[in-house]
Order: sequence, then structure tokens, then C-alpha cells
Amino acid sequence: MTQELIRATIETLEMVTVSSLFSVLLGLPLGVLLVLSRPQGLRPRPALYRALDAIINVFRSLPFLVLMIMVFPLSRLITGRATGTTATIVPLAVAAIPFVARIMEQSLLEVDGGVLEAGLASGAKISQLVWTVLIPEALPALVNGVTITVINIIGNSAMAGAIGGGGLGDLAVRYGLYRREPVMLYTSVAVIIVLVQLVQWLGGYLERRLRRDGKVTASA
Amino acid sequence: MRLLTVKNLRKTFAQEKEAIHAVNGVSFHVDKGEIYGLIGLSGAGKSTLVRCLNLLERPDSGEIWFDGIDLTKQNEAVVREKRREMGMIFQHFNLFMRKTVEDNVAYPLRIAGRDRSESKKRAHELIDYIGLSKYARAYPAELSGGQKQRVAIARALALNPKLLLSDEATSALDPVNTELVLSMLRQVVKDFGIGIVLITHQMEVAKALCGRVAVMESGLIIEENNVETLFLSPKHAATRRLIRGVEDVFPLKHGETIVKGNIYRLGFRRESVRRPLISHISREYNVDINILAGDINVLQTGDVGYLVVSFEDIGDEEGALKALRENGVELVPLTAEDAVNHL
Ligand SMILES: Nc1ncnc2c1ncn2[C@@H]1O[C@H](COP(=O)(O)OP(=O)(O)O)[C@@H](O)[C@H]1O
Ligand SMILES: [Mg+2]
Repeated sequence: MTQELIRATIETLEMVTVSSLFSVLLGLPLGVLLVLSRPQGLRPRPALYRALDAIINVFRSLPFLVLMIMVFPLSRLITGRATGTTATIVPLAVAAIPFVARIMEQSLLEVDGGVLEAGLASGAKISQLVWTVLIPEALPALVNGVTITVINIIGNSAMAGAIGGGGLGDLAVRYGLYRREPVMLYTSVAVIIVLVQLVQWLGGYLERRLRRDGKVTASA
Repeated sequence: MRLLTVKNLRKTFAQEKEAIHAVNGVSFHVDKGEIYGLIGLSGAGKSTLVRCLNLLERPDSGEIWFDGIDLTKQNEAVVREKRREMGMIFQHFNLFMRKTVEDNVAYPLRIAGRDRSESKKRAHELIDYIGLSKYARAYPAELSGGQKQRVAIARALALNPKLLLSDEATSALDPVNTELVLSMLRQVVKDFGIGIVLITHQMEVAKALCGRVAVMESGLIIEENNVETLFLSPKHAATRRLIRGVEDVFPLKHGETIVKGNIYRLGFRRESVRRPLISHISREYNVDINILAGDINVLQTGDVGYLVVSFEDIGDEEGALKALRENGVELVPLTAEDAVNHL
């Protein structure tokens, strides 16, 4: 039983880590694109912006379960299977990408336009500006966004477990629902809660450290 | 040496209802070693104009001659190169909040591809120059407004520009820090041999710093002159309003004509500021001169003063005016309406 719990925890960690990674890797550039292409942005592309905006809204309004079923064929295409831990990474990432894009967009928009202008006036290209000003200046907010994303994905991964996704959610359903073994059910729930708390604490700590950077004297 | 020549520059913003002609055909030039002032009330188009100069805003038409080329005809890469020859400072400093002072100042160098150690060396020279060496590792949030603006000046100078664009650089500062930043700009022109385009809505700033000043209103330069002439005989109501300042409130109510006679604005040069000219002329020509307002302004070139007076209609008004002119006084006739609204 303990072994099964450990295996399920590892599966969850794997699903959450890999899909978080992919969703940030794809969502952050999307967020940057949204910020740049908006009508008031540095590279206004109103048509592109409106299209992206609409697509993101559609995907965000789909319940995760529905999306997961819709994404089954894609999972099979990418991983060769439709269920199991590896296959579940695909819907988890797909669901999180629009979420990440939106949250990154909001964080990046907090960067003062005047500061970006100072970067341009210093001779920066837009691409340089993104890496040297836009992202660094928004970093604490971006970290906070990643924290929220990971917690969100942990929740979704538990739900995915219920329909063949593996991990702690799967464990909870199998033991809790089918075998009526409440100990296993509550243990897996407890592990999920601990994971969420850990991520929250780590993310909060990182964000606080980053914010402090802009405030307190680095001892000379 | 001519640094910058702007010809007939226009920029229009298309709004839902009507187009805003923010810059509506502006021409001027700036020489090396000169601090050229652009002054105007809020909304006059000053920021749009200065942002057009380094192409942060693409002008609709007109020419910007800088470094031998017309910037409006260049592609992005060339514009970026030329931006490095023009530093820029802002009202709200616009420092990178998550970079140290050192990294802020080194930023333009790093972006231009200079290596880390060279950039750092140059940054430290400039941080020494602005007198903030002990803050090199500090973040902007730890600095006062005046210190932030000095860091911004250092950043703007990092690539040895020929021209500095300053948009309301002292508007967010208290009087002490304003004075500090202004004297630093004055010093920078001497030490680096650059020119400055200085945007402000405060005549105080223009008179402390500028040689020539252009007055902007509704996207146009309505009046351009050296500071002294501008203070002696401002042609436009907007200019007079800017000179007057807020503390000097005209003692008339709207539209009321307590004053019967003709109203004049008398501009005094420093030679005639101290002489008792008014009482002398009042006696000589038998006119009653009613003093409505006045002030003395301390300029770079010396003091100039003005009085707004009305002549009561007895005696020899023509003679009195002539005598004033002969004594070097600049006369601008004002209507009662003028006097009340736009002194
Ligand atoms: N990006 C913009 N879009 C629309 N209108 C603008 C924009 N920037 C400036 N304006 C308008 O142009 C006019 C001049 O503004 P500005 O150049 O900021 O004046 P100033 O700096 O003298 O206060 C104002 O009416 C302002 O509302
Ligand atoms: Mg402005």
C-alpha cells in the first residue's frame, strides 16, 4: 500500500512538473505576444491580438474534463496512448497554456510603459527589450503566475486521475470510490494538500525575495 | 555647430471623434552647447514632439535632420543607431526598478554590444560624475527623486550622445532637487559639449537654463526667442501667462473694467530695473500710472522685470510711451481682457 502511494505521488509529480514546464514554455511567449500585439502595444497587430484573445477565451471556458476528452486523440498522437501518466501530460499542458498566457499577459502589462520607452530610447530592439526589460521587470509577478499555474495543474491532475490519468487522483478514486478504503482516500488527499502547500510556500518565498531586490540595499 | 534641424514636423492622432493635431507643423534647430527650451502648458504637444525627435513616435510628415541624415527617412536599424546619439530623460525617471544603479547606467552600453567589463567601467565613471558612487549597487527604490533623475542622466550619457532630450525632467521634483538637477544639466552641457532639447511647462526652469526658448500651444511654436527678449516683450498671451507664474495673481475680476485707461505691459532690462523711471515719467508727462502687477525675473543673462500698468487719460500719454521706449523699456499693449486672463 505504501509502495502504491509512493508510486502515485511520483506519477503526480511527473505529470505536474512536465506539464507545468511545457505550459510555461509555450504560455509565456504567448503572453509576450499578447502584450506586444495589443492595440496599445509596442508592435500593434490588432487582428492577431483579437484572434489570440478569442482562442484563449474559448479554451479557458472549457471545463478541464471536457477538454481532456477532446484532447485524447492528440495525446495518442504525441505519446502513443490515450490514458496513463504520460498521456495525461498532454491535456494538462493544453489546458494550462491559455491560462498561463493570460496570467503572464496580466503580469507583463504591469510593467510601466515609461520604463519600456526608456529601454527603446537606449537603443534596444524589441526582442532585446523583451529579454532585458519586460520579463526582468515583471519577474516577481511572473513567478507568482507560475505558482498559481502549478497549483491549478495539481488540481487538474487529480481530476485527470479519475478518468484513467494515474497518479494520486487515480489512487483516491480507486480506493475511495470503488474499494471503499477511506484510509487510502484520505492519505492521497493529504499528499495532494501537502504538495499544494509546498508549491505555494516555495513560490511565495521566491516572489518575496525577488520583490525585495528592488527595495533593500544590497550590502556594499 | 548645428546638431538638430526640425522642419515642418506633424503628428496627428486619429481619435474616435476627431483627429488630434498634437504636432502641427513645427520647425526649429538646436546647436552644440545650447539648451533649447520648449515650453508650453499641458497638452500643447511637447511630449509628442520630443518623442518624434528620436522616433519613439513616427511623425506623419516633416524632416528631422540629425548627424547629416533625415531620420524620418531611415529604417529601424539606422534609427536605433541614431537613438544612441540622443540620450533621453523623463519626468518619472523611468529607471529599471529591478536593476541596480550600476546596471541601469550600463544598460545602453550592454544593449549596444559592449562587453561587461568595459560597460561597468564606463558606468562607474558616470556614477562618480553624478556623485552617487556609494549607491552603485543600490536599487532605484532606495534613492530620492533627485538622485533617481541623476542616475537617469548618467544612463542617458552612457553612449556619449551628442544631444540630450529632456521631457519635464524636473516636474516631479521638489525645489531643492529641481535646482540640483538643473545645475547638473548645465554642467553636462559644459563638460560633454552636447546640446539639450529641454521640455518644460515651468518658465522657472526655462529661465534658469535656456538660451533660446520656443513657446508651444496647440501643436505649434507660437513664439521663439532668446529668454531675455521673451521676458521683455512676450508677444502672445500664452507666453505672458507662462511668465506670470501662479503666485502673481492679477487683482481684477473677470470682465470687470475697474481700469479705465490703456493697459501696457512694460518690460525692463537690467539697466532700467533699478531706476525710478515710472515716477519720473509720471511727473514729467503728467500721467497717472496705475501699477496693476509686476515681477522681476532672474535670468542667466541678468535680471529683467515687468510691470503691468494703466495710464489714466490725463496728460501726455504718447509722450510718456515714447520716453519709456527711449529708456529701453519694451512695451506690449494689452486689452483689459488680456490683462485679466492672460497677464
Ligand atoms: N498616443 C496618443 N494617442 C492619442 N492622443 C494623444 C497621444 N499622445 C498624445 N495625445 C494628445 O496629443 C496632445 C498633446 O499631448 P502631449 O504631447 O502629451 O502634450 P504635452 O506634453 O505638451 O502635455 C494632447 O491632446 C494629447 O491628448
Ligand atoms: Mg508632456
